[in-house]
Amino acid sequence: MIPASFEYVRPSTVEEAAQILRNAAGDDVKLLAGGQSLLPLLRLRLAYPAALIDLGRIDELRGVRDEADHVFIAAMTTHDEVVKSAVVQEQCPLVALATAQVADPAVRHRGTFGGSMAHADPAGDLPAVALALDMEFTILSAEGTRTLPASEFFVDYLETALGPGEILLGAKVPKLGAGWGFHYEKFHRTAQAWAIVGVAAAVKRENGTISEGRVALTNMGSTPVRAFSVERRLPGVPVADGNGELREAASTAANDTEPPTDLHARPDYRRHLAVVLTERAVRKAAA
Amino acid sequence: MSTTEAEIGRARRRKEDARLITGRTQWTDNIQLPGMLHVAFLRSPMAHARIIRVDVSAAKGQPGVVAVFSGQDFGDEQGSLPCAWPVTEDIVIPDHPPMATSTVRYVGEAVACVIATDRYKAADALDAIEIDYEPLPAVLDMNEALAEGATPVHEGGNKSFTWKFGTGDAEAAFRDAPVVIERTYVQQRLIPSAMEPRAVVAQTDGDSFIVHSATQIPHILRVMLAATTGIPEHKIRVIAPDVGGGFGSKLQVTAEEVLTLLISKRLGRPVKWTESRSEGNLTVHHGRDQIQRISLAASADGVLRGVKVDLLADMGAYLMLVTPGIPLLGAFMYTGVYKMDAYDFTCTGVFTTKMPTDAYRGAGRPEATYAIERAMDELAHEIGVDPLEIRRRNWIKHEEFPYATAGGLTYDSGNYEAATDRAMALFGYDKLRAEQADRRDRNDPVQLGIGVSTYTEMCGLAPSRVLGSLRYAAGGWEHATIRMLPTGKVEVVTGTSPHGQGHETAWSQIVADSLGVPFDDVAVLHGDTASSPRGMDTYGSRSLVVGGIAVLQACEKVKENAKQVAAHLLECAPEDLEFTDGAFRVRGTEAAKTIQEIALATFAAHDLPEGFEPQLDAGSTFDPEAFSFPHGTHLCAIEVDTETGESKIRSYVAVDDIGNVINPLIVEGQVHGGIAQGIAQALYEEAVYDSDGNLLTTTMADYLIPSAADLPDFTTARTVTPATSNPLGVKGVGEAGTIASTPAVVNALVDALSPYGIRDVAMPCTPERVWRAIQGGTS
Ligand SMILES: Cc1cc2nc3c(=O)[nH]c(=O)nc-3n(C[C@H](O)[C@H](O)[C@H](O)COP(=O)(O)OP(=O)(O)OC[C@H]3O[C@@H](n4cnc5c(N)ncnc54)[C@H](O)[C@@H]3O)c2cc1C
Repeated sequence: MIPASFEYVRPSTVEEAAQILRNAAGDDVKLLAGGQSLLPLLRLRLAYPAALIDLGRIDELRGVRDEADHVFIAAMTTHDEVVKSAVVQEQCPLVALATAQVADPAVRHRGTFGGSMAHADPAGDLPAVALALDMEFTILSAEGTRTLPASEFFVDYLETALGPGEILLGAKVPKLGAGWGFHYEKFHRTAQAWAIVGVAAAVKRENGTISEGRVALTNMGSTPVRAFSVERRLPGVPVADGNGELREAASTAANDTEPPTDLHARPDYRRHLAVVLTERAVRKAAA
Repeated sequence: MSTTEAEIGRARRRKEDARLITGRTQWTDNIQLPGMLHVAFLRSPMAHARIIRVDVSAAKGQPGVVAVFSGQDFGDEQGSLPCAWPVTEDIVIPDHPPMATSTVRYVGEAVACVIATDRYKAADALDAIEIDYEPLPAVLDMNEALAEGATPVHEGGNKSFTWKFGTGDAEAAFRDAPVVIERTYVQQRLIPSAMEPRAVVAQTDGDSFIVHSATQIPHILRVMLAATTGIPEHKIRVIAPDVGGGFGSKLQVTAEEVLTLLISKRLGRPVKWTESRSEGNLTVHHGRDQIQRISLAASADGVLRGVKVDLLADMGAYLMLVTPGIPLLGAFMYTGVYKMDAYDFTCTGVFTTKMPTDAYRGAGRPEATYAIERAMDELAHEIGVDPLEIRRRNWIKHEEFPYATAGGLTYDSGNYEAATDRAMALFGYDKLRAEQADRRDRNDPVQLGIGVSTYTEMCGLAPSRVLGSLRYAAGGWEHATIRMLPTGKVEVVTGTSPHGQGHETAWSQIVADSLGVPFDDVAVLHGDTASSPRGMDTYGSRSLVVGGIAVLQACEKVKENAKQVAAHLLECAPEDLEFTDGAFRVRGTEAAKTIQEIALATFAAHDLPEGFEPQLDAGSTFDPEAFSFPHGTHLCAIEVDTETGESKIRSYVAVDDIGNVINPLIVEGQVHGGIAQGIAQALYEEAVYDSDGNLLTTTMADYLIPSAADLPDFTTARTVTPATSNPLGVKGVGEAGTIASTPAVVNALVDALSPYGIRDVAMPCTPERVWRAIQGGTS
């Protein structure tokens, strides 16, 4: 299909963008980042925005900054830039690992870090990573700036806590310090396809056992979900699996989830996958 | 004796590729004409409904809209889309208006159209068309469609035809047979996904028409457009410019082609239609969709006595160009490479409220090969021998060719032993079997499976008399004309219509060898009924086997003409001349005339033999005597993660015997793409309709096509047993990979799962289905 017509504006500062948003209040305007999720919706005529505000020429929305206790990833940084960022690779490798598995090179060259978060597709790979790493989102509107933890950002299917006048500036990714290992385990049918289920794992190791673990799941509900029951069981689990302690800990991964049903998987299969993949993700993170 | 390197057999890079790959060429959608309008179609959201009311008035007032038409507006003028293959005398061929007039029968069927000054305005105005439907029950399942009391898709019920074929006494073969295998396989519905979507541009000067279409069949299309619309054939010129893939999906006369032509006739302006990918998934004719019941009767040691096949073939809502013929193209192949006494085949074509099916790469033969190759594995399992051993016990031995099969065909040549030996050596068969045993012993969560497919197929459509006996409306010949230009360059006019196959390169190689001219001196013209008036187009791996022979024969005629001129100029008898390295030479002397010199002399015409018409050009129309029969052995090793159900092809060996090879690089490309498409059927692709008849797989996020990243390296090799049925000894390679690979992959998967007591997984064998099978449920 081909999109319906829309207005197009391209501001050069975030303030300008926020002002345009404020003035448009009530109209259906949409921020355009890499367009990799928004344009398909327009082309299929599932969305009919009156105007698109292209964030593509706002320099301050791009790039990765290495701060004292966190890494700041600006919203318009492309997936490809994130994957290739030395800072990301060193300070928050889970982000690089997961982003490298997003779609294909063409999509990664256009799609953005912030667009993926703001789009809040439960099948997207990055929201689960945001949860697992306790990222904090920085948000701007004509009224000012606010921050929001990842745990409060993802509200429902394709829905975030962002208000209509708000722009996501980026996210602070806390530096976790020494001893942590990471893995993103993605299960999908073709190389460029979305996750049927994904598991983001961050694991701290001390003296041959896991002392702390964070596990978040992709596509196991209408938002990404933390597998808290697994996290509670991880401390004390030997890194080199002794007597099935890890399998035991992972077995509750799908508890309290309401996975979707679609052509690729029904809920019971997704629950099963969540358990199997959680064990694998934690094992690889701990290795 | 030639001193220059032969062109035939050379891995020439394709001369058309730079243009095709960069897109700097005439794709139909690239065409811009002054005053051109754009058409968008409103499509039925219902699988089955009566049209109660159509109101296009609001749409007519939308910005940029020039006209809006419903099916009623065209009435009889739009005719009925043709079915050229009435397979039985009593076949039911329903009326098929290009735009529905009273009833819609599948989601996506065109009901109205908007013509506007640009594509976007046309699409916008579709929303303003009002249509009231009275829903009727969707008919989706073939068995239910045939049951008593089923909702009829068309008046007269849901059976289109039943076609039967048999040789020998099947009842006798099955009576008291020590081993009988009976299986049912489902060939899921597939959506052909050519890289270039369909597109049409129609224009008129008020009297005659030019239709550009992304089609495989410009020649057939011209005849059929004339027959459907009543516009005289000589007033229609069809051009298939560069076409980006088809796989059978563009072997069609589509509603959109007919309507775009009629709209340009009515409005007197050029009109363009280009489909979107989602529109294509809905309305490009689909492929496969058969339920196959196959039975084998064998002796206690697995020697076949007979095969019986009972097939249901989903026609979809209407019969399109060759819809009913597709299962017939498989009918003769269910006996595969095997000997037996008797064979019995029955096929029933069934109407459902889904997109019509028609040719898709392999067209009938992949289905047949899948069934027999899967069933042979079951026979091997039943009597406890290796799948390769069961094949050895049954296949036609190389010294037995030519061989008249129970399938009713005579295979001219083949060497299944040689291809299989080669494949086993490349594969490391015994080592993989040992690893498999080890993994089974260790209860490894990742199991290994090995799959075999020893396939053959029939190529080179087709001897016209055979097509006639099968009630197909046209012949199977092909035409070529060779034009010698004054400067000695050569134009080949071919009736084949390449859409990615590389004919420009391959035909140039044939001509270069035959006429002794440089490869670069040959140009190939195709796809335009004005410059290439005669042809049967490209499908069914026919182009080289039929069209290539026409090229060769036309070259021979040109040489005959040239020889007379040469003899005259060299003042000798034609019998004293030999033709080597592009020149006629008087035997035993230095005297010679090159073909270029002769071309120029003929053009000047100052000094030609008495009564000789001053031209060398010649045409040839080749009608094959017989089909050709490529064959080969494909071996697949697959790893199955039993915890997730995911399977991964670890290695794949394809040894194909396609006879002589014109260009190994082109062959390699066809084999790779073909294998990928067969793997896609085995593991990835499926058109899914919901219970209301809505297609759920309208985007590539839902209809999964594997890419290079998902596929293993293929190890390919060839054995060469030339075809005896044509002078080049070629057999065709366009479909072999697709035909061979699907059963090889599924046989491997089932082999991996056999420790779990699993003997079948429905295609596509998705991770979820495999996991469910392992859980003991049905997939
Ligand atoms: C073929 C294909 C495969 C894909 N596969 C995957 C995959 O495997 N995994 C995966 O995670 N993703 C996948 N994606 C999605 C891809 O990652 C997208 O890039 C991402 O979802 C959206 O990012 P974008 O920059 O393209 O955002 P856009 O499409 O431009 O915008 C998406 C939404 O976010 C809003 N938005 C964007 N930026 C901001 C901002 N700064 N502030 C507020 N709102 C904003 C927009 O208004 C819009 O609603 C795939 C996409 C395609 C086309």
